[in-house]
Amino acid sequence: MNSDVIDFASIAPAYPELLMAVGALVLVILGVIINKEKSALISWLAVLLIVAAGLTAVLNPADGVLFNGVFIADAFARYMKLLVLGGAALSLILAMPNDFENGVHKFEYSILAVLATLGMMVMVSANDLMSLYIGLELQSLALYVMAAIKRDDPRATEAGLKYFVLGALSSGMLLYGASMVYGFTGHTNLQEIVAAIAMEGRSVGLIFGMVFLLTGVAFKISAVPFHMWTPDVYEGAPTPVTAFFAMAPKVAAMSLMIRLVMDTFQPITGDWQQVVIFLSIASMVLAAFAAIGQNSIKRLIAYSSIGHVGFALVGLSSGTQVGVEGVAIYMAIYVTMTVGLFACILSLRTENGYVETIDDLAGAAQTRPFVAAIMAIIMFSLIGLPPLAGFFAKWQVFLAAIEARLFVLAVIGMLASAVSAFYYLRVVKTMYFDEPKSTFAAVPNELNVILAISAFLIVTYYFTVGNALTNWAHIAAGSLF
Amino acid sequence: MNFENTILTIVTFLPLLGAALILVTPKTALNAIRWTALATTLVTLALSLWMWSAFDPSNPGFQFVVNYDWLGESIGYRVGVDGISVLFVILSALLMPFCVLASWEAIDKRVKEYMLVFLILEVLMIGVFTTLDLAMFYVFFEGTLLPMFLIIGIWGGKRRIQASYKFFFYTFTGSVLMLLAIMAMYWNAGTTDISRLLTHQFPESMQIWLWLAFFASLAVKMPMWPFHRWLPEAHVEAPTAGSVILAAILLKLGGYGFLRFSLPMVPDASAQLSNFVFILSVAAIIITSLVALVQTDIKKLIAYSSVAHMGFVTMGIFAGNALGIQGAMFQMLSHGLVSGALFLAVGVIYDRMHTRDIEAYGGLVERMPRYAFAFMVFTMANVGLPGTSGFVGEFLTMMGVFQVNTWVAFGAAFGVILSAGYALWLYRRVIFGALTKESLKGILDLSLREKIVLYPLVVLIIVFGFYPSPILDTTAASVNNLVTHYATSVGLDPSVSLADARAPLEYAAPTGEAAPAAEHAAEPAAH
Repeated sequence: MNSDVIDFASIAPAYPELLMAVGALVLVILGVIINKEKSALISWLAVLLIVAAGLTAVLNPADGVLFNGVFIADAFARYMKLLVLGGAALSLILAMPNDFENGVHKFEYSILAVLATLGMMVMVSANDLMSLYIGLELQSLALYVMAAIKRDDPRATEAGLKYFVLGALSSGMLLYGASMVYGFTGHTNLQEIVAAIAMEGRSVGLIFGMVFLLTGVAFKISAVPFHMWTPDVYEGAPTPVTAFFAMAPKVAAMSLMIRLVMDTFQPITGDWQQVVIFLSIASMVLAAFAAIGQNSIKRLIAYSSIGHVGFALVGLSSGTQVGVEGVAIYMAIYVTMTVGLFACILSLRTENGYVETIDDLAGAAQTRPFVAAIMAIIMFSLIGLPPLAGFFAKWQVFLAAIEARLFVLAVIGMLASAVSAFYYLRVVKTMYFDEPKSTFAAVPNELNVILAISAFLIVTYYFTVGNALTNWAHIAAGSLF
Repeated sequence: MNFENTILTIVTFLPLLGAALILVTPKTALNAIRWTALATTLVTLALSLWMWSAFDPSNPGFQFVVNYDWLGESIGYRVGVDGISVLFVILSALLMPFCVLASWEAIDKRVKEYMLVFLILEVLMIGVFTTLDLAMFYVFFEGTLLPMFLIIGIWGGKRRIQASYKFFFYTFTGSVLMLLAIMAMYWNAGTTDISRLLTHQFPESMQIWLWLAFFASLAVKMPMWPFHRWLPEAHVEAPTAGSVILAAILLKLGGYGFLRFSLPMVPDASAQLSNFVFILSVAAIIITSLVALVQTDIKKLIAYSSVAHMGFVTMGIFAGNALGIQGAMFQMLSHGLVSGALFLAVGVIYDRMHTRDIEAYGGLVERMPRYAFAFMVFTMANVGLPGTSGFVGEFLTMMGVFQVNTWVAFGAAFGVILSAGYALWLYRRVIFGALTKESLKGILDLSLREKIVLYPLVVLIIVFGFYPSPILDTTAASVNNLVTHYATSVGLDPSVSLADARAPLEYAAPTGEAAPAAEHAAEPAAH
């Protein structure tokens, strides 16, 4: 058989990616030929496409290494891909109501989102420094445009530009790191790099390469000290775009980080651990204190997401299977909470448009009790207060840190979470303890459904999804070891 | 599915059913909401009493046990009660209907949310005492912060926001350290099953750290001096029912934690650090009693007296013998009734006058004789007058600690004198004297609803003062078991800790009464 011809059945592990790629192209054609007013149709089709890709991954779970070893599909990749797809689909649905006001009514928006998602799926499945970079860039380029999609709005344009400049810088660092790693091990394939490191041992050049690679990824997960773009971009970009940024790309970059450190750099665990521990502590502590002074809700969410990345990295710092399991669970719960959080913000509109500052929320508990209650639940969950899901997320990652005897990290993390409670509570306080100032517009149905589902999952995590998610994360983490 | 393995789950989660009903009730149907809440709490109380009646006090182990693994390996669904926890379940269930009744008219804004968070709070409180999973203990323990934060912040007094923040941060900061200790225990023992952890031997070097981390949380919750600063404000600003729950149940979580974790799981550390606890306890008893003397706010005075009374509890627990621990148990339960009753009583006059200032009252006995009587019984119980439930606990803890360290008992005895001072002085200023203030001339005596709230507590306080055996008998087997375990672990002869304890207990064997027999002579009806 001619080796140039690929048997279609043999690339089953990549079906979801292929579906997304072909689907995105079909959507572009559709978007061009149909009426401009019907962009909602394209959005729904994009959601459908993402759901279909997710279903393909679930119903047809095929493991394997493809395309000369640059692509890997395993339980871990599948788990992370589903999170990415879920986050992407939900943020597209969040963007639908009031799309004109947000500037996301153009059909290109959904297609860019699909392409970004495809890039993330490639990142999650990358098994080679090349495919890693290609996935990352596909994702980033789509995201730069999405940030600036509301092109008449100076703030959005500024956000897009800022994101582009800093993103390009981080890509450069990542590439530099990749070239160092290649130079000192002679391979770009992750598995071969592991073997090379294991054989030749560590060298200064390799460590440099590793640090630069991790720096590039740390930009994408916005871990301190590479977080500077986050608050500005989150604030400037239209809210539905911010919602997109806060979920799927974080998961994809985190899973890239996990695969790099747990797989590729596994032989030099002691070296990368220092880097990850530093990122973790810096993120948790800085976010906890920096968020206190914020009055803009979106900046607050930006710092909160920085903090949560720090908490997720606590699990990764351990370098154990329990730790990876913890991060996997953490990211799933983080996505659930973030979806609900953005649904809340998007449902609170006054005559002057969306709420921008925390003070605008005053008395929301009396005028919009349903949304306020769910927002309060999410805030308590972000604090990590039991019995809400956020607690179980923290439980898993800190358990891993304790098992790895990282006591100092655990204590600092716990105290940081106590400090962070202060700014989360401020939101609850403003909504519940203060008197109402403004009236809010009616909540669109899509958002109500998302709100109800995310609150239900957060509140009943222990009784409903918790067990299944834990088992599933266990399998996913197991596939890396 | 039978009575044995379902009753605790039902008692714990039944209030959620009521909460769900309230959730679907329209928010203008105030009476429907109130009655639903009341009915739910009453049914929960009835079921918990039924559970108590089926409880076998001679069995020192856990009963009605359910034990499943759930959420991976680290967290499970495990419930069960023993002599130490069963009565706290009853106490929580008992006080809830009173709280609902006390809020019947006092709460007139956002009634639906109020009843909702109260029922959720009940689930969490009962859950703390019934769970046998260490991680779930933390879940319930910490979960109580959420409803309490809202209760103080939404329905509280003028300085409610500051009070609710203070409450949240003191407890939360302490508790996260306990969470790390819980994780470390899981890491060392490989299970979060409390019944297995109770017999696990932790390495001695680790015990001190575990003990300190637990102490950080429990001492704040208890609260022990000097970690009590959140308490006066939270008590003062909370609505009446909120103060009742705080004083009667939430403070007991600390004592329960010491009994359930510190003493049996890290016994060596407990023995080494018991003097440290004694010092703080005596300091609490004396200092906060003195502070209580100068308060001008009725609720604040009672709040400080709570801190002082909790000092007796910690002292009794760390005495480590059966007498001290029995006394601490009794003191906690009695304080639950007495402080709850006192806050309810203050609520009665607050609802009428909307001030808690002692100066604003005086001579109430002329217009409110029934109220004056009920308040007198509660005050006497707070002082620890023989014949009220307050006496038994204080007496037993002092006897228990006397055998370990006479100086501590000597110091604690001052607390008894001082408590008589501030409580009686409060009573004199509020109830006696001439009724000169114009605003008080039209004040009305207890309404039917208030009688229903206060009279049962009067009866319970007096009954347990003369006849404490229902409580002491229930706790005896488990406490003896705990003391034996503790004494063997720290290398004492268990028979000493037990024998010392049994002598006075057996002296009054017919009733299980440990307090002086003189009372029996005075009140033969109690037999």
